[in-house]
Amino acid sequence: MAVMDYMTTKKDELVGWIRKFSLFPYPFVTACCGMEFMAVSSTLYDTDRFGAALPRFTPRQADLLMVVGTISHKEAPILKKVYDQMCEPKWVMAFGACATSGGFYRNYGVLQGIDRVIPVDIYVPGCPPRPETVIDAIMMLQDRIAGDHHPILPAEQRGREPSHADKVFPIFPTADGVPPSQT
Amino acid sequence: MTGRAPLSFDAIEREFASLVERSSQSFGMPVLELRVENLLPLVTGLRDRFDFALFLDVTAVDYLERSPRFDLVYHFYSRRHNQRVRLKMPVPAERPVVPTLTGHYGSARYMEREVHDMYGIEFAGNGDLRPILLYDGFIGHPLRKDYPIEREQPVVPYRAG
Repeated sequence: MAVMDYMTTKKDELVGWIRKFSLFPYPFVTACCGMEFMAVSSTLYDTDRFGAALPRFTPRQADLLMVVGTISHKEAPILKKVYDQMCEPKWVMAFGACATSGGFYRNYGVLQGIDRVIPVDIYVPGCPPRPETVIDAIMMLQDRIAGDHHPILPAEQRGREPSHADKVFPIFPTADGVPPSQT
Repeated sequence: MTGRAPLSFDAIEREFASLVERSSQSFGMPVLELRVENLLPLVTGLRDRFDFALFLDVTAVDYLERSPRFDLVYHFYSRRHNQRVRLKMPVPAERPVVPTLTGHYGSARYMEREVHDMYGIEFAGNGDLRPILLYDGFIGHPLRKDYPIEREQPVVPYRAG
């Protein structure tokens, strides 16, 4: 038997390690923070180093929703729909002051923080945030994913709260063992 | 293109003396103040006799304490003379209805919709005053001075907590 043919680890550590280095971001760019997003994702700051390099152009393939910019009340249904279309597991980053809290827009038109509509995992302050701040946020999110519980086994699925993704893509068996799509 | 009047402030003032209440100049731009009933004759004259063929913008100003409460402000541009002109017209809050300019300038359709959104001024004759910047179900007119600054009208219900 050669060296390193077998390794032992914990399931959550393995899955977390895989997931933290394969964050596929979906940039939901609405405003000037998009400039800073371009800077942070291109050569000089290079989010590729964290495995978060490949922006997906459909939310169905992404697992990190980066909300970059001001979200107005008129825009909120679109953001909600994009979030609902993403498959589990999914994380949300509020990029910049406007996505976090509405920023300096305190008026009739602007949503006062995207966490009023969708759950947010990490907030990035700044107007716009420095690239270092964004990288720090990605690393904090990775640490969190690495330390998280990842219920991927069928036994772990039982008794959990059904998510919206289950209704759209009913892949988990129901109590009698039959996938809901076949009943 | 009828009559080619040379464009000077005096010429405009003389031409429309009967339609204009008061006129002045602002940084070289003629400013004509008028009453609602003189809007269409004045705009027609400016367009046909002075070549103000481009409708730049219409907006409103809300003087909350004043009566009449609103001022409607129009800007036109003449490409031939490289000249702009501004029209100011008081509109009362009790009956905020003015005639539309869609018959003179097609682009007035969208701009009047925006003013209707923000200030609640009716443009009689503009058949399509649906919200253009706001959304269906929005109550009130947000750029009026008495619209509460913290009033929100979310489309997506907020999450609990």
